Amino acid sequence: LASDVMTVQQKLELQTSMYKLQEHRDMKPSVFNNMLSSFLYARRFGPYFVEPLVAGLEGPDNKPFISGQDLLGASVFTDDFVVCGTSEQELFGTCESFFKPNLEPDELFETIAQCMLAAVDRDCLAGWGGVVHILTPEK
Amino acid sequence: LELSTHAAANFIRNELARAIRSRGGPHQANSLLGGVDEDGASLYHLDYLGSLEKVDFGAQGYCSYFSLALMDRHWKKNMTLEEGKELINLCIEQLKTRFIINNPRYRLIAVGKDGKI
Repeated sequence: LASDVMTVQQKLELQTSMYKLQEHRDMKPSVFNNMLSSFLYARRFGPYFVEPLVAGLEGPDNKPFISGQDLLGASVFTDDFVVCGTSEQELFGTCESFFKPNLEPDELFETIAQCMLAAVDRDCLAGWGGVVHILTPEK
Repeated sequence: LELSTHAAANFIRNELARAIRSRGGPHQANSLLGGVDEDGASLYHLDYLGSLEKVDFGAQGYCSYFSLALMDRHWKKNMTLEEGKELINLCIEQLKTRFIINNPRYRLIAVGKDGKI
């Protein structure tokens, strides 16, 4: 639900800002993932209708961290890819085929773009445009 | 200190979002909020469930199915008031031809930085 996406974003920004002020450091993606999970489960019987994905780099060696959650906060950690949306099923297919570990940023960009393009072509509700964000240690 | 359009839109959005899970249920009001402030003119599209989007042009209700298509095609940045009026008239023409409900009269209100033009 678009409204819940904004509400959850605003409430999470509050949590992360408070954490940053109290701990004097950024919240790690794995910690954020667990916080989000508790936050969503707290509304077990009246949930926020969101399906969040968490992505970030953590630790001194900037190891990639990705995870996906359902609306109740059940999270799954993978080391390859996570997908969600109306084209979820299609994306699972394309990502499974195209993914290779240890890709360079440019290669990763190309891979993601191709996965998304192929997936949305088979979904009547998706395909107006796409945005790819690549996170690197240098930002 | 004047209330900016962005601030007003977000305030209303938060009230709407609060209401959806309240005892009384959501406020049944889809809105378009427009205003002129220090950053210029802006338009916000609000849903009765509390979604918010800043848009260049917008429409609500069944008329939106017709109007948004025309505006997608003909809108461009920094249109003059006259060009804007032409676009609105184009939408109204289409609604008169294709829309199932007959609305014989339309009211056009233009808003600028000093209020109603």
